[in-house]
Parts: sequence; C-alpha cells; structure tokens
Amino acid sequence: MGSLVKIAVRNLLRYKRRTLLTASLIAIGVIFVLVFVAVTGSFKAMMIAQNTDAMLGHLQVHRKGYVASIDNLPLNLNLMGGAIARLEKVLDAQPEIAAYSPRIKFGAMFSTFTETTNIRLNGVEPERELATVPLLAGRVLEGDKTLVRGKLWLPELLAKGMKVKVGDTVVIVATNKDGSVNGKPMVVSAILESATGPGGRDGYLHSEDAAEILRLEGREVSEVAIRLKGFDQLDAVSARLDTLLAKELNQMQKPIFELHTWEKLSPFFNIAKMIDVMTFFIKLMLIAIVLVSIMNVMIMAVYERIREIGTMAAIGTLPGKVLGLFLLEGFSLGVAGAISGGVLGTALVWVLNISHISYDFGRQKGLILQATVDPKELLMISLIVIAGAVLASLQPAFKASRMDPIKALRHL
Amino acid sequence: MALVTATGLEKTYIIGEVRVEAIRGVDFTIEPGAFVSFVGPSGSGKSTLLNMIGCLDKPTSGSLSVAGTEVASLDRREGARFRGETLGFIFQDFNLLPVLSVYENIEYPLLMVLETPASERRDRVMTLLKAVGMEKQQKQYPDQISGGQKQRVAVARALITNPKLVLADEPTANLDHQTAYKVIELMKTMRDESGTTFIFSTHDPKVVGEAETIYTLEDGKLMNHGKGGQNHG
Repeated sequence: MGSLVKIAVRNLLRYKRRTLLTASLIAIGVIFVLVFVAVTGSFKAMMIAQNTDAMLGHLQVHRKGYVASIDNLPLNLNLMGGAIARLEKVLDAQPEIAAYSPRIKFGAMFSTFTETTNIRLNGVEPERELATVPLLAGRVLEGDKTLVRGKLWLPELLAKGMKVKVGDTVVIVATNKDGSVNGKPMVVSAILESATGPGGRDGYLHSEDAAEILRLEGREVSEVAIRLKGFDQLDAVSARLDTLLAKELNQMQKPIFELHTWEKLSPFFNIAKMIDVMTFFIKLMLIAIVLVSIMNVMIMAVYERIREIGTMAAIGTLPGKVLGLFLLEGFSLGVAGAISGGVLGTALVWVLNISHISYDFGRQKGLILQATVDPKELLMISLIVIAGAVLASLQPAFKASRMDPIKALRHL
Repeated sequence: MALVTATGLEKTYIIGEVRVEAIRGVDFTIEPGAFVSFVGPSGSGKSTLLNMIGCLDKPTSGSLSVAGTEVASLDRREGARFRGETLGFIFQDFNLLPVLSVYENIEYPLLMVLETPASERRDRVMTLLKAVGMEKQQKQYPDQISGGQKQRVAVARALITNPKLVLADEPTANLDHQTAYKVIELMKTMRDESGTTFIFSTHDPKVVGEAETIYTLEDGKLMNHGKGGQNHG
C-alpha cells in the first residue's frame, strides 16, 4: 500500500502544473463552501439566538389551543393553578432544562395621558425570565436592567412614537377575561431595543403587576418559556416532553398542554431552513467541481500513461493494483484539495472575523459577523471532496485496470 | 522437458473486414537455459509469437505450453500472475517507469508483483545492480541515463524475480550497434549465471549471430531453424 501511495504521489508530481491547478480548483471550491457555511451559519446562529435567547426560549408550553389564537392573546386560554403545578412538576424533573419562565401575556391600552395606543405586554418573574432568555437584558438600550414592581420596559419603536422617555409615568389599561377594565400607572424604567421576530416589540412588566391589572384571583399563566442547557438537546427533550405532557389530561380526558419548539413559533425557522437548503446546493456544486476536475485529470492521466499501464500489466501487476494506483491518485488529489482548502478557508474565516464586518438584521443595526468553522462541518466537507475524488477516479481507474497489455504497449 | 512447446500454433487477427494470419501453423520447442532468437523482417510475426509465449496474447488455434502451462487456459488475472512469477520482459523502448529510480524500477516486480520482504528485495536488487553495472546510477531516474543503461536496467528488472524465461522483443532496436552488442552480451552472461532461458526477437543481422538458436519467421511461418553464435564483436 505504501509503495502504491508513493508511486501515486510521484505520478501527481510529474505533472506539477496540472496537479496544482486541479488541487487549486478543488481548494477554491472548499474555501467557498467553508466560508459560505461559516458566514450563513453565523447569521443563522445569530438569528436563532435572537429568537430563542431574547424572546421565545427554546420551547414553550401553552394550554391546548392557545397557539392557534396567539395573535389575540386570549386570557380565557391561560393555564390555571393546578395545571401550572402539574406542568412545573414535569419540567422540574427534566435535567436538561436550565430554566423556565411563566409569562402572563395580554394586550393593553398604553396612555401617556395625552396620547393612547395599543401594546402587547408580558408579565414576567424577572429573575426567571432573564435566566430563560438571557439576551433580553442586552436589549435594554437605556434605563434600568432590573425589572421591579411598578416599572415598565417599553419597546423602542413605541417609546419613540409616543415620545416617552425613561422615568416617564404612563398608564396601562387592560380588560380582563370577565370584561372589566382596570388601569395602573407605571413608570417606564427602560427602553428595549426592538427585535425582529415574534415578541420583539412587546413590553415587559412584573408578573404581579400584570396579575393586578388583570385582577387575577389565582395563579394564571399564558405560556411557559423553557431554556435548555444545550441547544443540541432540543429534539430529544422536545420529544420526551411531548410524551410526558400528552399524559397530563383534564377532567374531559383531553390533553391539557401543547408544546412547541421555537421552530414552530418563529417564521425565522423557514429562513434557517432556506439557509440549509442553499448550503446543500452549494455542497452539490462543490461535488460537481470535484467530479468534473478530477475525472478530467484522471482520464488524461490514463490516456497519457497507456504504455506505462501496459508495461505494469505485462510484468505481472494485477489489475486490482493498477485500479488501486489510479484511485489513490484521485484520492491524493482530493486530500490535497481538501486540506489546502480547509486551511485557507479557516484562515479566511479568521480574517473575516478580525475584520469586524458589520451587518443589519431587521431593525438591529451594526451586528458584527462572528463566522465560525464547525469542525464537524469541515470534516464533512473534506469527506465529500475526498469521496467525490475517489468516485471521479473510479471510471478511469477501472479502464486502466482492464486495459489489454498488448494494445497498451503498442500505443504511441 | 522443453520449457516452451508450440504445436500447430496459429494466430489470426480480424482487422475490420481484413483477416490477417499473423502466425500460421508454427511448431517448435525451446529447452531450458537456451538463448534463442526469432528473426525475420518487420511484420513476419515475431512480436505476435513473443506476445503469445509471454501470455499477453492467446493463440487462435494450436497448442502453446510455457513452463508446463497451457497459455490459452489462463484468464486475465491468472495470466498476470503467471507472467509475474514465471516470465521476465525486456522491451524495445525499455519501458522503465519514469517516476521510479533505477533501483526502484528493478525492485518493482518484487515489491508490486511478488510482494517479497524488504531485506530480501534489497539483497536481490543490489546483486543485479552490480551484475548489470548500474550500481552508481541506482538513484538516478530513467530520464537521467542513456539508452544502453536503460536497457541494462530493463534486463535487471526482467531477471529480478528469477524467472524461468525472459522475453525480449527487439531489445536492441533503439540502441547503436556497440551498445546493442553489449546488451546482448549482458543477456547472455545473465543466462550463463542464472540459467534463465532467453528468447529475443530481432531483425538486426548484427546481433542475430549472438543467439545460440535462431528461428527465422517469414509471413507467419517458421522457415528454418539453425544454430547461431557466429558473431563475436
């Protein structure tokens, strides 16, 4: 095997310029795919993180039927005390769950005494909310990053539109599920950066203030957002929770809860999927580049070395070894392209990162590109290239191994 | 027992609609240790005959036994194995592998065909390098040595597996007379030392006389069979 590798490598080095050109072409393909995957991966990761870590959480549990009406924020579909306790018991037993945050979501009227508009509000337990969506505090553009009773975090667009500043007193007026209206004066303690995505333009207040405004008599929750210790555990935990929550039935023997991952709740999941589809097609293009370039080189190599192949066969080299030699040449070209492309691609990603390239996402301006090369992705791209190289060499190698020695020796 | 026995040997090619009878009813025997030459003009069937003896081609009819094996019975893989274990080849154009050094070219059949252990390979290669006088050039590549030196390397490569028979198709065609004579002398010396049978084809009358047995071919037929050994430099 070692001797075959030696001969294969020397054969490649025989035509240095051609080998260099082919390996360069493959390397450019690898660099392109690697940088594309790293940059889109960074964008995708940022988008997912913005959605999950600043607003949604990784998973959400609602009362059955709530999500179908989520745009109305229906108070009559809140989870009540007993159901909440049963839910918390299930969630507390899951070791993968890092935190969860009960929310009271409702629509209200927002008044500055001179102007009035609508607002969507989340009544939260601040510590639990920040543990579940840790990037929420980072959205505070100005004001106090600690949410306390009587204070309101207001989305930036609404604050600008209503000309409200930190420290201003406003009134929140809401209708509870019985139809009675209640209002409460509150002080704006922070202006929140408006984020792109569901809940990105909601205001926040303490859950006790929400309960007071809505005149809740017992404990009520619209949704429970869940954060996992690892994002990669999402599918496994989601499947398990789905099974466990399906067993929690009401008096009618119907399921109480419904569970959704962020993917089902955010339209950005479709963008993430689109990025995956684009990545897939880019990888297909890479395979095409590898197949065409390697096959071209190997067909040329076989054609140029017909007499050598004839000599090898005449002196007793078995067809399998001739086949192996040409496959190794293709394999070596693939390895050279994959390694050089991998190294250069990683270096280029590093250069992109130190260049601090900024971009906008929705209303978020000046986000810094944080492209990362996933070792698994790098390995996968390398394997695709190498497998493609071997595949492309197969036909020329097979042709070489089946060559009639006499015809080959006569070839001019 | 004869090393090569041909009986009623025929080889016919169909090229398009033309039927070419390259070998027509040839009978001969070659004894072990012989130094034999097939001579004849271009197109007389020398190469075809050597290709059949070398298991590179199969007869259309008749029988051809080499080292006790009926060559027509061998399939592609068996033929390759048989060639590697029993035969050695010397080509008109030397056919050294350009990416291998002199040493590696000689070593190639042991390494890639017989898979001989490294220490044994080294001993045998060094012995043959000395025998063909190419010790000093062992690290050089084929494009760095002369035609005569290339053919010396080819002789060594043909003998490295201790074959029963070495076939040389026009081994001196690309060499000047002096070098050609030296190569034939080398082949003869190697035959004397190793007892390996040598069969070579040529149309060069100056080297024909070096053969001990001469078969003359004309239009695919064996015309006569005589003793050689007249030329001595």
